[in-house]
Amino acid sequence: MRDFNFHRPASVAEAVGLLRKHSGGKFLAGGQSLLPVLKLDMADPSDLISLSGIAELRGIRVEGNTLIIGAGMRHAEVAQSPEVQRTIPGLARLADHIGDAQVRNRGTLGGSLAHADPAADYPAAIVALNGTVQTDRRTIAADDFFTGLFETALRPDEVITAVRFPVPTRCAYAKFGSHASKYALVGVMVAKTADGVRVAVTGAGPYAFRAAALETALGQSFSVAAIEALGENLGVRADDLNNTAEASGAYRKHLIAVLAKRAVAACL
Amino acid sequence: MKRWKQSELVPVQVELNGVQRRGLCEPRVLLSDFLRDTLGATGTHVGCETGECGACTIRVDGVAQRSCLTLAVQADGRCIETVEGLAQADGSLCELQHALRERFALQCGFCIPGILMTCAEMLKRRPLPEDEQIPGLLAGHLCRCTGYTDLLAAVRHTVAEVRRREAAHPASAPSVGVHDA
Repeated sequence: MRDFNFHRPASVAEAVGLLRKHSGGKFLAGGQSLLPVLKLDMADPSDLISLSGIAELRGIRVEGNTLIIGAGMRHAEVAQSPEVQRTIPGLARLADHIGDAQVRNRGTLGGSLAHADPAADYPAAIVALNGTVQTDRRTIAADDFFTGLFETALRPDEVITAVRFPVPTRCAYAKFGSHASKYALVGVMVAKTADGVRVAVTGAGPYAFRAAALETALGQSFSVAAIEALGENLGVRADDLNNTAEASGAYRKHLIAVLAKRAVAACL
Repeated sequence: MKRWKQSELVPVQVELNGVQRRGLCEPRVLLSDFLRDTLGATGTHVGCETGECGACTIRVDGVAQRSCLTLAVQADGRCIETVEGLAQADGSLCELQHALRERFALQCGFCIPGILMTCAEMLKRRPLPEDEQIPGLLAGHLCRCTGYTDLLAAVRHTVAEVRRREAAHPASAPSVGVHDA
Protein backbone atom coordinates (compact mmCIF):
# COMPACT_ATOMS: atom_id res chain seq x y z
CA MET A 1 0.00 0.00 0.00
CA ARG A 2 1.29 3.45 -0.89
CA ASP A 3 2.01 6.12 1.66
CA PHE A 4 -0.54 8.52 3.12
CA ASN A 5 -1.07 10.70 6.14
CA PHE A 6 -3.85 9.77 8.56
CA HIS A 7 -6.25 12.17 10.25
CA ARG A 8 -8.89 11.53 12.86
CA PRO A 9 -11.21 14.57 13.01
CA ALA A 10 -13.79 14.87 15.78
CA SER A 11 -16.47 16.66 13.75
CA VAL A 12 -17.85 16.75 10.19
CA ALA A 13 -16.77 20.39 9.85
CA GLU A 14 -13.22 19.48 10.81
CA ALA A 15 -13.24 16.54 8.35
CA VAL A 16 -14.41 18.77 5.49
CA GLY A 17 -11.77 21.36 6.40
CA LEU A 18 -9.05 18.69 6.34
CA LEU A 19 -10.12 17.46 2.91
CA ARG A 20 -10.12 21.01 1.52
CA LYS A 21 -6.61 21.50 2.93
CA HIS A 22 -5.40 18.16 1.51
CA SER A 23 -7.11 18.07 -1.87
CA GLY A 24 -5.52 14.72 -2.74
CA GLY A 25 -7.13 13.13 0.29
CA LYS A 26 -10.10 10.82 0.73
CA PHE A 27 -12.59 10.18 3.50
CA LEU A 28 -12.30 6.79 5.20
CA ALA A 29 -15.47 5.30 6.73
CA GLY A 30 -15.51 1.58 7.61
CA GLY A 31 -12.73 0.90 5.13
CA GLN A 32 -14.17 -2.38 3.83
CA SER A 33 -14.04 -1.13 0.23
CA LEU A 34 -11.46 1.66 0.35
CA LEU A 35 -8.68 -0.35 2.02
CA PRO A 36 -8.86 -3.16 -0.59
CA VAL A 37 -8.84 -0.46 -3.29
CA LEU A 38 -5.63 0.94 -1.78
CA LYS A 39 -4.12 -2.52 -1.38
CA LEU A 40 -4.81 -3.22 -5.05
CA ASP A 41 -3.18 0.11 -5.96
CA MET A 42 -6.31 1.42 -7.65
CA ALA A 43 -6.19 4.73 -5.74
CA ASP A 44 -3.39 6.82 -4.32
CA PRO A 45 -4.75 9.36 -1.82
CA SER A 46 -2.26 11.68 -0.12
CA ASP A 47 -4.30 11.68 3.08
CA LEU A 48 -6.96 9.51 4.68
CA ILE A 49 -9.46 11.39 6.81
CA SER A 50 -11.20 8.96 9.13
CA LEU A 51 -14.89 9.53 9.82
CA SER A 52 -15.07 6.80 12.47
CA GLY A 53 -14.71 8.99 15.55
CA ILE A 54 -17.40 11.53 14.61
CA ALA A 55 -20.35 11.33 17.00
CA GLU A 56 -22.72 13.33 14.75
CA LEU A 57 -22.64 10.51 12.15
CA ARG A 58 -24.01 8.01 14.66
CA GLY A 59 -27.52 7.12 15.76
CA ILE A 60 -30.84 5.77 14.50
CA ARG A 61 -34.13 7.53 15.18
CA VAL A 62 -37.70 7.68 13.96
CA GLU A 63 -39.37 11.03 13.24
CA GLY A 64 -43.03 10.65 12.34
CA ASN A 65 -43.12 8.40 9.30
CA THR A 66 -39.38 8.66 8.56
CA LEU A 67 -36.53 6.44 9.71
CA ILE A 68 -33.26 8.36 9.98
CA ILE A 69 -30.02 6.41 10.08
CA GLY A 70 -26.68 8.09 10.75
CA ALA A 71 -24.16 7.59 7.95
CA GLY A 72 -21.63 6.10 10.36
CA MET A 73 -23.91 3.26 11.47
CA ARG A 74 -22.43 -0.12 10.71
CA HIS A 75 -24.40 -2.78 8.83
CA ALA A 76 -24.63 -5.04 11.90
CA GLU A 77 -25.97 -2.12 13.96
CA VAL A 78 -28.65 -1.37 11.37
CA ALA A 79 -29.58 -5.07 11.17
CA GLN A 80 -29.93 -5.35 14.96
CA SER A 81 -31.57 -1.97 15.58
CA PRO A 82 -35.03 -2.30 17.21
CA GLU A 83 -36.09 0.95 15.46
CA VAL A 84 -35.19 -0.42 12.02
CA GLN A 85 -36.72 -3.83 12.74
CA ARG A 86 -39.95 -2.18 13.91
CA THR A 87 -40.36 0.41 11.16
CA ILE A 88 -38.71 -1.13 8.04
CA PRO A 89 -37.99 -4.81 8.76
CA GLY A 90 -37.08 -5.37 5.09
CA LEU A 91 -34.19 -2.91 5.51
CA ALA A 92 -32.96 -4.69 8.66
CA ARG A 93 -32.96 -8.00 6.76
CA LEU A 94 -31.10 -6.44 3.84
CA ALA A 95 -28.41 -5.12 6.19
CA ASP A 96 -28.18 -8.54 7.86
CA HIS A 97 -27.19 -10.12 4.54
CA ILE A 98 -24.56 -7.63 3.35
CA GLY A 99 -21.19 -9.30 2.74
CA ASP A 100 -20.20 -11.43 5.70
CA ALA A 101 -20.11 -11.01 9.49
CA GLN A 102 -16.77 -9.20 9.54
CA VAL A 103 -17.84 -6.76 6.81
CA ARG A 104 -21.12 -6.08 8.62
CA ASN A 105 -19.18 -5.32 11.80
CA ARG A 106 -17.10 -2.59 10.09
CA GLY A 107 -18.84 -1.32 6.95
CA THR A 108 -21.12 1.72 7.21
CA LEU A 109 -24.27 2.94 5.46
CA GLY A 110 -22.66 6.20 4.36
CA GLY A 111 -19.49 4.48 3.19
CA SER A 112 -21.43 2.00 1.07
CA LEU A 113 -23.49 4.73 -0.60
CA ALA A 114 -20.52 7.03 -1.23
CA HIS A 115 -18.46 4.18 -2.69
CA ALA A 116 -21.40 3.31 -4.99
CA ASP A 117 -20.31 -0.19 -5.88
CA PRO A 118 -22.67 -1.35 -8.66
CA ALA A 119 -23.32 -4.61 -6.75
CA ALA A 120 -23.80 -3.18 -3.25
CA ASP A 121 -27.09 -3.86 -1.45
CA TYR A 122 -27.90 -0.49 0.18
CA PRO A 123 -28.32 1.38 -3.15
CA ALA A 124 -31.36 -0.82 -3.93
CA ALA A 125 -32.87 0.10 -0.56
CA ILE A 126 -32.42 3.85 -0.79
CA VAL A 127 -33.76 3.95 -4.39
CA ALA A 128 -36.75 1.65 -3.73
CA LEU A 129 -37.65 3.38 -0.47
CA ASN A 130 -37.29 6.84 -2.09
CA GLY A 131 -34.78 7.81 0.56
CA THR A 132 -32.90 11.06 0.87
CA VAL A 133 -29.17 11.46 1.37
CA GLN A 134 -28.39 14.17 3.92
CA THR A 135 -24.92 15.65 3.54
CA ASP A 136 -23.05 18.33 5.44
CA ARG A 137 -24.52 20.97 3.08
CA ARG A 138 -27.67 19.71 1.29
CA THR A 139 -30.10 16.87 0.72
CA ILE A 140 -29.98 14.67 -2.39
CA ALA A 141 -32.94 12.55 -3.53
CA ALA A 142 -32.11 8.88 -4.10
CA ASP A 143 -33.13 9.16 -7.76
CA ASP A 144 -30.46 11.84 -8.27
CA PHE A 145 -27.72 10.31 -6.11
CA PHE A 146 -26.13 7.62 -8.28
CA THR A 147 -24.72 9.04 -11.50
CA GLY A 148 -22.47 6.29 -12.90
CA LEU A 149 -20.24 3.34 -12.16
CA PHE A 150 -18.78 4.12 -8.70
CA GLU A 151 -19.97 7.70 -9.23
CA THR A 152 -22.39 9.79 -7.20
CA ALA A 153 -23.64 13.35 -7.02
CA LEU A 154 -21.34 13.94 -4.01
CA ARG A 155 -18.60 16.54 -4.36
CA PRO A 156 -15.10 15.41 -3.36
CA ASP A 157 -15.26 17.29 -0.03
CA GLU A 158 -18.88 16.41 0.76
CA VAL A 159 -19.74 14.08 3.66
CA ILE A 160 -22.93 12.04 3.97
CA THR A 161 -24.26 12.63 7.47
CA ALA A 162 -27.48 10.59 7.47
CA VAL A 163 -30.03 8.87 5.27
CA ARG A 164 -33.77 9.46 5.63
CA PHE A 165 -36.02 6.54 4.69
CA PRO A 166 -39.80 7.15 4.41
CA VAL A 167 -41.47 4.14 6.09
CA PRO A 168 -43.26 2.07 3.41
CA THR A 169 -46.37 -0.04 3.86
CA ARG A 170 -44.35 -3.14 3.01
CA CYS A 171 -40.97 -3.80 1.49
CA ALA A 172 -38.66 -6.72 0.86
CA TYR A 173 -35.28 -7.31 -0.73
CA ALA A 174 -34.25 -10.45 -2.58
CA LYS A 175 -30.77 -11.01 -3.92
CA PHE A 176 -28.79 -13.63 -5.70
CA GLY A 177 -25.29 -13.16 -4.34
CA SER A 178 -21.94 -14.13 -5.73
CA HIS A 179 -20.84 -17.18 -3.77
CA ALA A 180 -17.32 -15.80 -3.43
CA SER A 181 -17.91 -12.17 -2.52
CA LYS A 182 -21.55 -12.14 -1.38
CA TYR A 183 -22.03 -9.09 -3.61
CA ALA A 184 -25.32 -9.11 -5.50
CA LEU A 185 -25.18 -10.52 -9.01
CA VAL A 186 -28.65 -9.04 -8.92
CA GLY A 187 -30.65 -7.66 -6.01
CA VAL A 188 -34.23 -6.37 -6.19
CA MET A 189 -35.96 -4.25 -3.56
CA VAL A 190 -39.72 -3.86 -3.85
CA ALA A 191 -41.46 -1.20 -1.75
CA LYS A 192 -45.20 -0.66 -1.49
CA THR A 193 -46.10 2.81 -0.27
CA ALA A 194 -49.16 5.03 -0.07
CA ASP A 195 -47.88 6.75 -3.23
CA GLY A 196 -47.43 3.58 -5.25
CA VAL A 197 -44.92 0.82 -5.83
CA ARG A 198 -41.17 1.38 -6.32
CA VAL A 199 -38.83 -1.32 -7.58
CA ALA A 200 -35.04 -0.87 -7.52
CA VAL A 201 -32.47 -3.19 -9.05
CA THR A 202 -28.83 -3.39 -7.99
CA GLY A 203 -25.99 -5.49 -9.38
CA ALA A 204 -27.42 -5.59 -12.91
CA GLY A 205 -26.29 -2.21 -14.23
CA PRO A 206 -23.61 0.42 -13.56
CA TYR A 207 -25.66 1.63 -10.59
CA ALA A 208 -28.99 0.90 -8.92
CA PHE A 209 -31.91 1.76 -11.16
CA ARG A 210 -35.69 1.73 -11.01
CA ALA A 211 -37.59 -0.83 -13.08
CA ALA A 212 -40.48 1.22 -14.45
CA ALA A 213 -42.28 -1.69 -16.16
CA LEU A 214 -42.30 -3.68 -12.93
CA GLU A 215 -43.50 -0.65 -10.96
CA THR A 216 -46.41 -0.11 -13.35
CA ALA A 217 -47.40 -3.78 -13.33
CA LEU A 218 -47.18 -4.06 -9.56
CA GLY A 219 -49.04 -0.77 -9.14
CA GLN A 220 -52.00 -2.28 -10.98
CA SER A 221 -51.80 -5.63 -9.20
CA PHE A 222 -49.34 -6.21 -6.38
CA SER A 223 -48.84 -9.90 -7.07
CA VAL A 224 -46.36 -12.47 -8.34
CA ALA A 225 -48.75 -13.09 -11.25
CA ALA A 226 -48.37 -9.47 -12.38
CA ILE A 227 -44.63 -10.04 -12.89
CA GLU A 228 -45.20 -13.39 -14.59
CA ALA A 229 -47.63 -11.71 -16.99
CA LEU A 230 -44.84 -9.37 -18.15
CA GLY A 231 -42.82 -12.28 -19.52
CA GLU A 232 -39.71 -10.88 -21.17
CA ASN A 233 -41.10 -7.33 -21.21
CA LEU A 234 -39.32 -6.07 -18.12
CA GLY A 235 -38.37 -2.76 -19.74
CA VAL A 236 -34.66 -3.63 -19.61
CA ARG A 237 -32.44 -4.94 -22.41
CA ALA A 238 -30.02 -7.75 -21.64
CA ASP A 239 -27.41 -5.98 -23.76
CA ASP A 240 -27.51 -2.97 -21.42
CA LEU A 241 -26.87 -5.06 -18.28
CA ASN A 242 -23.54 -6.02 -16.75
CA ASN A 243 -21.94 -8.88 -18.63
CA THR A 244 -19.17 -10.60 -16.68
CA ALA A 245 -17.63 -14.04 -16.32
CA GLU A 246 -19.95 -14.64 -13.36
CA ALA A 247 -23.19 -13.72 -15.07
CA SER A 248 -24.23 -12.61 -18.56
CA GLY A 249 -26.64 -9.78 -19.22
CA ALA A 250 -29.33 -12.26 -20.27
CA TYR A 251 -28.91 -14.20 -17.02
CA ARG A 252 -29.07 -11.02 -14.96
CA LYS A 253 -32.28 -10.03 -16.76
CA HIS A 254 -33.72 -13.43 -15.90
CA LEU A 255 -32.69 -12.91 -12.27
CA ILE A 256 -34.45 -9.52 -12.12
CA ALA A 257 -37.82 -11.20 -12.75
CA VAL A 258 -37.10 -14.12 -10.41
CA LEU A 259 -35.93 -11.89 -7.55
CA ALA A 260 -38.74 -9.36 -8.05
CA LYS A 261 -41.21 -12.24 -7.65
CA ARG A 262 -39.44 -13.41 -4.49
CA ALA A 263 -39.46 -9.89 -3.07
CA VAL A 264 -43.18 -9.44 -3.84
CA ALA A 265 -43.95 -12.85 -2.31
CA ALA A 266 -42.04 -11.82 0.82
CA CYS A 267 -44.14 -8.63 1.03
CA LEU A 268 -47.46 -10.47 0.81
CA MET B 1 7.94 7.21 -1.71
CA LYS B 2 8.38 9.22 1.42
CA ARG B 3 10.84 7.75 3.91
CA TRP B 4 9.39 8.14 7.40
CA LYS B 5 11.79 9.30 10.10
CA GLN B 6 11.63 7.41 13.37
CA SER B 7 10.39 10.59 15.07
CA GLU B 8 7.48 10.85 12.59
CA LEU B 9 6.12 7.36 13.15
CA VAL B 10 2.75 7.17 14.85
CA PRO B 11 2.54 5.59 18.31
CA VAL B 12 -0.16 2.93 18.59
CA GLN B 13 -1.17 1.47 21.94
CA VAL B 14 -3.50 -1.50 22.24
CA GLU B 15 -4.58 -3.95 24.89
CA LEU B 16 -3.61 -7.27 23.27
CA ASN B 17 -5.20 -10.28 24.98
CA GLY B 18 -5.26 -8.39 28.27
CA VAL B 19 -1.74 -6.94 28.07
CA GLN B 20 -0.97 -3.30 27.22
CA ARG B 21 1.33 -3.19 24.19
CA ARG B 22 2.61 -0.28 22.16
CA GLY B 23 4.60 0.24 19.01
CA LEU B 24 5.42 2.78 16.33
CA CYS B 25 4.25 2.47 12.74
CA GLU B 26 3.61 4.33 9.50
CA PRO B 27 -0.04 5.29 8.98
CA ARG B 28 -0.34 2.86 6.06
CA VAL B 29 0.54 -0.21 8.17
CA LEU B 30 -2.31 -2.72 8.41
CA LEU B 31 -3.35 -3.90 11.85
CA SER B 32 -2.53 -7.48 10.78
CA ASP B 33 1.07 -6.49 9.99
CA PHE B 34 1.34 -4.40 13.16
CA LEU B 35 0.27 -7.38 15.28
CA ARG B 36 2.64 -9.77 13.56
CA ASP B 37 5.68 -7.67 12.72
CA THR B 38 5.70 -4.99 15.41
CA LEU B 39 4.17 -6.82 18.38
CA GLY B 40 5.32 -10.33 17.38
CA ALA B 41 1.82 -11.84 17.76
CA THR B 42 2.02 -14.21 14.80
CA GLY B 43 -1.05 -16.28 15.67
CA THR B 44 -3.10 -14.01 13.39
CA HIS B 45 -2.52 -15.20 9.84
CA VAL B 46 -2.38 -13.07 6.71
CA GLY B 47 -3.81 -14.66 3.59
CA CYS B 48 -5.15 -12.48 0.78
CA GLU B 49 -4.67 -9.05 2.45
CA THR B 50 -7.60 -7.72 0.44
CA GLY B 51 -10.53 -8.73 2.62
CA GLU B 52 -11.58 -12.00 1.07
CA CYS B 53 -10.10 -14.97 2.92
CA GLY B 54 -10.88 -14.04 6.55
CA ALA B 55 -7.73 -15.67 7.95
CA CYS B 56 -6.71 -12.43 9.70
CA THR B 57 -10.00 -12.02 11.61
CA ILE B 58 -9.54 -10.78 15.18
CA ARG B 59 -11.81 -9.14 17.74
CA VAL B 60 -11.56 -5.40 18.35
CA ASP B 61 -13.53 -4.28 21.40
CA GLY B 62 -15.22 -7.68 21.25
CA VAL B 63 -16.30 -7.40 17.60
CA ALA B 64 -14.93 -9.73 14.89
CA GLN B 65 -13.27 -7.92 12.02
CA ARG B 66 -10.54 -8.42 9.45
CA SER B 67 -7.25 -7.02 10.68
CA CYS B 68 -6.12 -6.62 7.04
CA LEU B 69 -9.02 -4.20 6.46
CA THR B 70 -8.15 -2.09 9.48
CA LEU B 71 -5.23 0.28 9.80
CA ALA B 72 -3.07 -0.07 12.89
CA VAL B 73 -3.59 3.64 13.63
CA GLN B 74 -7.35 3.01 13.74
CA ALA B 75 -6.85 0.47 16.53
CA ASP B 76 -5.06 2.90 18.84
CA GLY B 77 -6.57 2.65 22.32
CA ARG B 78 -8.64 -0.43 21.48
CA CYS B 79 -8.90 -3.82 23.12
CA ILE B 80 -7.75 -6.56 20.76
CA GLU B 81 -8.24 -10.30 21.10
CA THR B 82 -6.44 -12.75 18.86
CA VAL B 83 -6.29 -16.53 18.69
CA GLU B 84 -3.48 -16.44 21.25
CA GLY B 85 -6.02 -15.27 23.81
CA LEU B 86 -8.49 -18.15 23.41
CA ALA B 87 -6.70 -20.89 25.35
CA GLN B 88 -6.47 -20.78 29.14
CA ALA B 89 -3.30 -19.48 30.78
CA ASP B 90 -2.19 -23.07 31.41
CA GLY B 91 -2.42 -23.80 27.68
CA SER B 92 -5.62 -25.88 27.82
CA LEU B 93 -7.81 -25.27 24.78
CA CYS B 94 -11.12 -23.42 24.91
CA GLU B 95 -14.26 -25.45 24.22
CA LEU B 96 -14.43 -24.42 20.55
CA GLN B 97 -10.75 -25.18 19.91
CA HIS B 98 -11.21 -28.53 21.62
CA ALA B 99 -14.21 -29.35 19.43
CA LEU B 100 -12.24 -28.55 16.26
CA ARG B 101 -9.48 -30.87 17.36
CA GLU B 102 -11.86 -33.67 18.34
CA ARG B 103 -13.73 -33.46 15.04
CA PHE B 104 -10.61 -33.28 12.83
CA ALA B 105 -11.89 -29.91 11.64
CA LEU B 106 -8.51 -28.60 10.58
CA GLN B 107 -5.89 -29.84 8.22
CA CYS B 108 -3.20 -27.27 7.33
CA GLY B 109 -4.75 -24.91 9.90
CA PHE B 110 -3.90 -21.68 8.12
CA CYS B 111 -7.48 -20.35 8.13
CA ILE B 112 -8.29 -21.52 11.65
CA PRO B 113 -7.19 -18.49 13.74
CA GLY B 114 -9.67 -16.32 11.84
CA ILE B 115 -12.45 -18.89 11.89
CA LEU B 116 -12.06 -19.32 15.64
CA MET B 117 -12.33 -15.58 16.25
CA THR B 118 -15.50 -15.18 14.15
CA CYS B 119 -17.17 -18.23 15.70
CA ALA B 120 -16.07 -17.21 19.20
CA GLU B 121 -17.70 -13.80 18.82
CA MET B 122 -20.93 -15.20 17.38
CA LEU B 123 -21.26 -17.93 19.99
CA LYS B 124 -20.54 -15.46 22.76
CA ARG B 125 -23.22 -13.10 21.49
CA ARG B 126 -25.64 -15.92 20.78
CA PRO B 127 -24.65 -19.21 22.48
CA LEU B 128 -27.60 -21.12 21.00
CA PRO B 129 -27.93 -20.10 17.33
CA GLU B 130 -30.54 -21.71 15.12
CA ASP B 131 -28.99 -24.57 13.15
CA GLU B 132 -29.52 -22.80 9.82
CA GLN B 133 -27.54 -19.81 11.10
CA ILE B 134 -24.39 -21.85 11.70
CA PRO B 135 -23.16 -22.08 8.06
CA GLY B 136 -23.45 -18.28 7.87
CA LEU B 137 -20.72 -18.05 10.51
CA LEU B 138 -18.23 -19.27 7.93
CA ALA B 139 -19.43 -17.00 5.09
CA GLY B 140 -16.44 -14.70 5.51
CA HIS B 141 -13.80 -17.43 5.56
CA LEU B 142 -12.03 -19.47 2.93
CA CYS B 143 -10.70 -22.92 3.85
CA ARG B 144 -8.99 -24.90 1.10
CA CYS B 145 -8.61 -28.17 3.04
CA THR B 146 -11.65 -29.20 5.01
CA GLY B 147 -14.56 -28.58 2.68
CA TYR B 148 -16.11 -26.91 5.76
CA THR B 149 -18.07 -30.05 6.72
CA ASP B 150 -16.02 -30.90 9.78
CA LEU B 151 -15.72 -27.24 10.76
CA LEU B 152 -19.52 -26.97 10.80
CA ALA B 153 -19.74 -30.25 12.70
CA ALA B 154 -17.38 -28.89 15.36
CA VAL B 155 -19.42 -25.70 15.80
CA ARG B 156 -22.64 -27.73 15.94
CA HIS B 157 -21.06 -30.03 18.51
CA THR B 158 -20.13 -27.02 20.65
CA VAL B 159 -23.66 -25.64 20.42
CA ALA B 160 -25.10 -29.07 21.29
CA GLU B 161 -22.86 -29.22 24.37
CA VAL B 162 -24.11 -25.83 25.53
CA ARG B 163 -27.70 -26.99 24.98
CA ARG B 164 -27.03 -30.18 26.94
CA ARG B 165 -25.54 -28.22 29.85
CA GLU B 166 -28.45 -25.83 29.85
CA ALA B 167 -30.92 -28.73 29.97
CA ALA B 168 -29.02 -30.20 32.93
CA HIS B 169 -28.73 -26.86 34.76
CA PRO B 170 -31.46 -24.60 33.41
CA ALA B 171 -30.82 -21.94 36.07
CA SER B 172 -27.49 -20.85 34.61
CA ALA B 173 -27.34 -18.69 31.50
CA PRO B 174 -26.13 -20.64 28.45
CA SER B 175 -22.54 -19.86 27.59
CA VAL B 176 -19.81 -21.26 25.43
CA GLY B 177 -16.43 -22.00 26.91
CA VAL B 178 -14.80 -18.98 25.29
CA HIS B 179 -13.48 -16.97 28.16
CA ASP B 180 -12.73 -13.26 28.04
CA ALA B 181 -9.11 -12.58 27.30
